[in-house]
Amino acid sequence: MPESTGSAVDDRPSRGGRRLPLVWLGAVPFLAYVTIFLVLPTIIVIFGAFSGPHGPTLSNVKALSQDYIVTAFVNSIELSAMSAIIGAVVGAVVAYAVVTGKPDSTLRRIVTSASGVLAQFGGVTLAFAFIATIGGAGLITVWLGDHGIDIGSNVWLYELPGLTLVYSYFQIPLMVLVFLPALDGIRPQWREATETLGGTAWDYWRHVAAPLLWPSFIGSTLLLFANAFSAYATVEALVSQGGIVLPLQIYNAFTSETVLGQENLAKALAGGMVVVVAIVMSLYVLLQRRATRWAR
Amino acid sequence: MAEQMSAAAISTSGGAAVEVRLENLRREYGPVVALDGLDLTLAPGELVALLGPSGCGKTSALRLVAGLEEADAGRVVVGGKDVTSTAANKRGMGMVFQAYSLFPHMTARQNVAFGLRLRGVKDADRKRRAGEMLELVGLAAQADRYAHQMSGGQQQRVALARALAIQPQVLLLDEPLSALDAKVRGQLRDEIRRVQLEVGTTTLFVTHDQEEALAIADRVGVMRAGRLEQLASPTDVYSRPQTAFVAEFVGLTNRIPAVVSGGRVQVLGVSVPVVGEGVPDGAAVALVRPEAIVLGTATGAPADAAGVDASVLAASFLGPISRLTVTLPDGRIVMAQLPTSLATQFQAGGAVRVSVRPDPVPVAPPDSAAVLDDSPA
Amino acid sequence: MGQVSMVAATMPVETVRRSRGPISRRSRRLNMFRVVVLVLAAVFFLTPILAMLEFSTRGTGIGAPRTLTYWRQIFDYPDLVAAIQVSLELAVITSVAGLLLLVPTMIWVRLRLPKLKRVIEFLCLLPLTVPAIVLVVGLAPVYAWVTYFFGDSTLTLAFAYVVLVLPYTYRVLDAGLSAIDVQTLSEAARSLGAGWGTVMLRIVAPNMRSALLNSALLSVALVLGEFTIAQLLNFVNLQVAINMLGRANAGVSIAVAVASLFFAFILLVALSFVGRRRSGSVQVEE
Repeated sequence: MPESTGSAVDDRPSRGGRRLPLVWLGAVPFLAYVTIFLVLPTIIVIFGAFSGPHGPTLSNVKALSQDYIVTAFVNSIELSAMSAIIGAVVGAVVAYAVVTGKPDSTLRRIVTSASGVLAQFGGVTLAFAFIATIGGAGLITVWLGDHGIDIGSNVWLYELPGLTLVYSYFQIPLMVLVFLPALDGIRPQWREATETLGGTAWDYWRHVAAPLLWPSFIGSTLLLFANAFSAYATVEALVSQGGIVLPLQIYNAFTSETVLGQENLAKALAGGMVVVVAIVMSLYVLLQRRATRWAR
Repeated sequence: MAEQMSAAAISTSGGAAVEVRLENLRREYGPVVALDGLDLTLAPGELVALLGPSGCGKTSALRLVAGLEEADAGRVVVGGKDVTSTAANKRGMGMVFQAYSLFPHMTARQNVAFGLRLRGVKDADRKRRAGEMLELVGLAAQADRYAHQMSGGQQQRVALARALAIQPQVLLLDEPLSALDAKVRGQLRDEIRRVQLEVGTTTLFVTHDQEEALAIADRVGVMRAGRLEQLASPTDVYSRPQTAFVAEFVGLTNRIPAVVSGGRVQVLGVSVPVVGEGVPDGAAVALVRPEAIVLGTATGAPADAAGVDASVLAASFLGPISRLTVTLPDGRIVMAQLPTSLATQFQAGGAVRVSVRPDPVPVAPPDSAAVLDDSPA
Repeated sequence: MGQVSMVAATMPVETVRRSRGPISRRSRRLNMFRVVVLVLAAVFFLTPILAMLEFSTRGTGIGAPRTLTYWRQIFDYPDLVAAIQVSLELAVITSVAGLLLLVPTMIWVRLRLPKLKRVIEFLCLLPLTVPAIVLVVGLAPVYAWVTYFFGDSTLTLAFAYVVLVLPYTYRVLDAGLSAIDVQTLSEAARSLGAGWGTVMLRIVAPNMRSALLNSALLSVALVLGEFTIAQLLNFVNLQVAINMLGRANAGVSIAVAVASLFFAFILLVALSFVGRRRSGSVQVEE
């Protein structure tokens, strides 16, 4: 790393302590801000999970083992896993369809822009879009009804299968965004070299492409999982009440709608969520590092 | 010693070298004609270099032979067998790419053994043969390294070993040295030739660097705009260029106005034969190599000696040889090349007598522009 | 040169039509696959959007013609209009504040405090691991103090939003800074006598125009779509307003939703063009 005059001063032990503080002053605004609005809330959540009205306690954590919370947790895992897998597989296929075209084509730019929008397109807007499509008075519902097909009570949209479909809507574009760079890293020479060495398409995928792509693929799937696990707005807008998934339980506990005086339960729930997401994200980072080890 | 043993093991089990014939190959990309009816025959065991500027079609030709692209017309015949419609993975050819072709997740040994693995060769045999090939290219010590841990030159050697491991009928090299440093290029160039001679495979080598082509090839094919301009030994291509393009693309050339008359041309006061037949009389441009220029002292030469008086503009010392730039009376500048020991007598600003050696000289029409950059987009 | 091969005319014409070979077969299969996949994807992703458009332009009664009633009615809901306004203001404030907070810090760290780079990077990527729904639980006590100092305007949400945009803006700005070799530029400027302020404002910032614009646009898109923190802290921004209205008047809320979606899309398309200007790299002479 190129040495600047500043760091040369910093490396010296603080004999002339006059210089040292001034340089660090430059980073103070940022560090202070982030501490107050990011680090502090995280600490509040973690400490709050273990505190009760009379001091440190494990009662909040124990409360997590109640049936309705466990159900919500399991639902969250299921929903996140399903939507992550669907998003990963379909997204990878779409990304492949894009990357095999011309490198700088209009198609690619459109797909990338659209994926950028749709990946962020969660929450209320998405929920309403699906209500408008397959909700009670939705476009498809009405169209199918006109043709004599009744898709039954429209409750299914607000349960896990419907939610999985809705989540796929932003998971697939996110996969396209995250996986395209990995596909770009596959050089055409590898395919041609395999061919001249006598390999078939299957040989290429099995021995070259798959080993090179699987860390990115699994890593991206993990990212999608974390994304779905943390999603709140979409399910809130779709499900009017209840606590079918973990984020909704956090909301309920936070606003103390169901049981009075259980706000630290909200912190415990939030803490649990952070633990899961942190584990998944660490695995993601590890896999990304492994994937880029070879790509030079 | 070990190299000779392994070479023997390779050549005896590989079988005799084959002839490769390209017949009237044609390839178009939309409106652009990359190959315009290319005819080329490689004798068994021969190394032919295809030389030309970018866009001349040399890489297209190579890829057609490999089967990585399909011809619009024409045939590729290997060892008497028409392989034009055979898939690339069934042609039994080894190919070395310009760069980045090693599989990054495999060690050098695994890369080299890959082709054998695809053919179902057993693990122990694979490792042994891969080891032999790596020894052949001098990289036995790097067998367990990955591509990103090796230099460019080492990577290309591994690529060569990998291509040869499958005992191909034909070896194809697509500008293998272009991405390397100048010094490594020279070393690796000689390595490739040494290995090719040992193994004896018929080889097609594509490059835009004329020094490479002249140094290692049995024959050089100079290409331009999808066609072969000349196919001859390196000496012939250099000393007896058949077209103005070849004369200017290969080596340095002086363009000197001259007059053609009856198969001879008068240049710098000397009458020499013209290369080629049927050259029309009249004004022309003689293409003279710097080493064919003769310099003599202005004083002490008989007045009727051949040559033209000129003055030295500048002198460049290049080690064993020196290049002198000389201004003719009409203002034209000519470059001469001679051994340094002979060049020291000429100083910048001094007078000198300039003439040419009495060897045949190619000529170009007087209105032809410099052709060096004349390549289709 | 240019001699026509007269031999070719007399040779048997054994042309291999390119369309029959194994490579063209493979490329045809691939193209068919691509078309099918992209068309299916387009259908899947366009349908809900079209449905929203359809829903928001429905007339009342069976067989009534298309109408923009719902769209016009947007302005009949002052709360909704106020929410749109406040969200736009929040978008601007957040993107500007985010840049003001990050850019000087990142330049400073690059030039004078390289040891802090890892820390900054970690802090900027931390919001990705702490979901909004979790962050808001811990933010609530902090916001008690914020409203104490700054009042209870919805614009105080900007404090939280700056944190949310950190991961995205950091990545963009980092790439932008890497591309322009801040070290050399600032040393050259300093050797000519410039102070740090001049260096940042007049040397570095103008060379990062596309990165700055990029991150601003990303921030705007994120703020316009944010719901969780606003709702749990009891503020009313665009998404909260749409959600509340949705239960009362679906048509109008969907109209607003579609509008905000297209707005975000236009922003991101503009983004893709901004990012393609001069790279700032030196061409190597061949």
